[in-house]
Amino acid sequence: MTYLEAIRTAMSEEMQRDDNVFVLGEDIGKGGVMNATKGMRDRFGEWRVLDTPLTESAIVGVAIGAAMGGMRPIAEIQFADFIYPATNQIISEAAKIRYRSNNDWYCPVVIRAPYGATGGGGLYHSQCPESVFFGTPGLKIVAPSSAYDAKGLLKASIRDNDPVLYFEHKKCYLYVSDEVPDEDYTVPIGKAAVKREGGDITVIAYGMAVHHALKAADELEKEDISVHVLDLRTLQPLDQPAILEAAAKTGKIMIFHEDNKTGGVGAEAAAILAEQLLYELDAPVIRFCPPDIPAVGMSPTLEKFFLPTADRVKEAMRRLAEL
Amino acid sequence: MSSPHAGRHRQLGLTDEQTLQMYTNMLLARKFDERATLIQRSGKTAFHISSIGQEAAQVGAAFALEKQHDYFLPYYRDYALVLSVGMTVRELMLALFLKAEDVNGGRQMPGHFGYRKHHIVTASSPVGTQVLHAVGFSLMSLIKKQNCVAFVTFGEGASNQGDVHEGFNFAGVFKLPVIFMCENNRYAISVPEHRQVAGRVVDRAAGYGFPGVRVDGNDALEVYRAVKEARERALRGAGPTLIEAVMYRIAPHSTSDDDMLYRTKEEVEYHREQDGIASFRRYLFDCGILNEELDRHVTDHVNREVNEAAKYADQAPYPAPEQALLHVYAESAGDDGCRS
Repeated sequence: MTYLEAIRTAMSEEMQRDDNVFVLGEDIGKGGVMNATKGMRDRFGEWRVLDTPLTESAIVGVAIGAAMGGMRPIAEIQFADFIYPATNQIISEAAKIRYRSNNDWYCPVVIRAPYGATGGGGLYHSQCPESVFFGTPGLKIVAPSSAYDAKGLLKASIRDNDPVLYFEHKKCYLYVSDEVPDEDYTVPIGKAAVKREGGDITVIAYGMAVHHALKAADELEKEDISVHVLDLRTLQPLDQPAILEAAAKTGKIMIFHEDNKTGGVGAEAAAILAEQLLYELDAPVIRFCPPDIPAVGMSPTLEKFFLPTADRVKEAMRRLAEL
Repeated sequence: MSSPHAGRHRQLGLTDEQTLQMYTNMLLARKFDERATLIQRSGKTAFHISSIGQEAAQVGAAFALEKQHDYFLPYYRDYALVLSVGMTVRELMLALFLKAEDVNGGRQMPGHFGYRKHHIVTASSPVGTQVLHAVGFSLMSLIKKQNCVAFVTFGEGASNQGDVHEGFNFAGVFKLPVIFMCENNRYAISVPEHRQVAGRVVDRAAGYGFPGVRVDGNDALEVYRAVKEARERALRGAGPTLIEAVMYRIAPHSTSDDDMLYRTKEEVEYHREQDGIASFRRYLFDCGILNEELDRHVTDHVNREVNEAAKYADQAPYPAPEQALLHVYAESAGDDGCRS
């Protein structure tokens, strides 16, 4: 099953299971511009697959109200690049509702945000806005890399009693396909997964970067470089024990993501290692991330320069192994 | 019956008892407000934000709605509203004193209401955000056939926020059962209405395809009528209504504000004369519902309630410091983790 089908299946199964679950967003009635909700309006009706006006703050704000009213909304942001008008609703409202009301109110909303570059998206159809929301207590953030995790984490997010920001990488939609069981399951929020065992270097990644890292690791194996790959899966709360365990295995750590380097998830992971594992490190912690420029340029040459690729990360991984 | 208008409340479907209760609630909010200002000035509490001049409209609206059934999304001056839909003056005092027993556990500034049991939805400080939540509640009501409305208030300053306009449009498109009430008190902190709002707030409704009604916010019965009609419209599927209740903020923006920097004593005095509580009192006298003796009794009762509440809240313990760490997320998976 593809990653995209996994997302659609998770939504459909949860809507079948619980009448309180519904989806709202722009153009989702016809299936959404990504096809994530394809066929769902026919099955569940227009009120449960609700085409909204073109207003991101309202999509999230209305979802928050409905969630406090007992429903389990899935708010779809068409492209993560367009999420910023809703930032106040996410950070000032959703993330603080339980805390500010002293546990009187809570807000079980899921905000799905298709993120990342796929080629030809330019500045505003390619962004990775994780770092804007990362570090907001009260908010959970997930970013699956496999179809199995996409389904299991989306189900877990819908059933969670706190707001979850669900980053789905657009490049994974059709590129990633793996075994997804028919039976109901969830993937716990807050748990990373070891994707590959290795002894020379550790790569910590999430989203599409996991696939680049795995491809590079396969190639480096031919050069007798053994790579351990940890997929964070959840960005907030970070799975600290898993990060420390994966790092301690090799002592040479690279953190790899498509979001900008400064202030990204990698900075926090590096800080965790500096605080808790410094004396077990055999090399400086490396962050392999795009440069601190606003976003991906549209022209193929600019995009290629910005984006991490398996080839480029492989070179950086080899250098780390040779240190 | 000395006034030609005496009996208006009965024509609107309100009993004499309800009308007297409306007066009592206005007075309770006013006395709480005056006491809270004094308590802050004495240095016992950090902050108070006043609603003096806005009580009549708030009570009028509350009585047109159904307690613990409809959803209330008040803004930070709605003391008389929350007192009318279930909160007690003791709870308001506990919030003022930031004590552990406060509904919000002393976490929020006073005036940031929320009380799930009474369908009062938790509020934040960035203005206007609650309008979208109200639309969300009304969407829930429609999808789940709850037959209830969401009632949301905001100031004329907040009426400029994008969230308010996005909420109007969203509710207009789907004809949702929501009532928007702007408490136009003529000032957004220091900036007067004419420098804050282009055109009139009420006219904005036309742009979103639903009716706007402008009412005298000092006339509790007029506000009651407008909200009642809006509720009936909402429940028969005709969609939202915007009500602009025009009033005047008698007090400074908050205890941290000096209003003499931007308006005159004369202007404030002029508006104090239009006080909606005083005119409602006169109306009750005209109807024979209230007399000097009963008024003294009501006032004494309200004063006693405020005194007892202030004393209780003053003596109540603060939250334990480590309470700060609780309720960032649900404590355990599987249940909602909430109190009520």
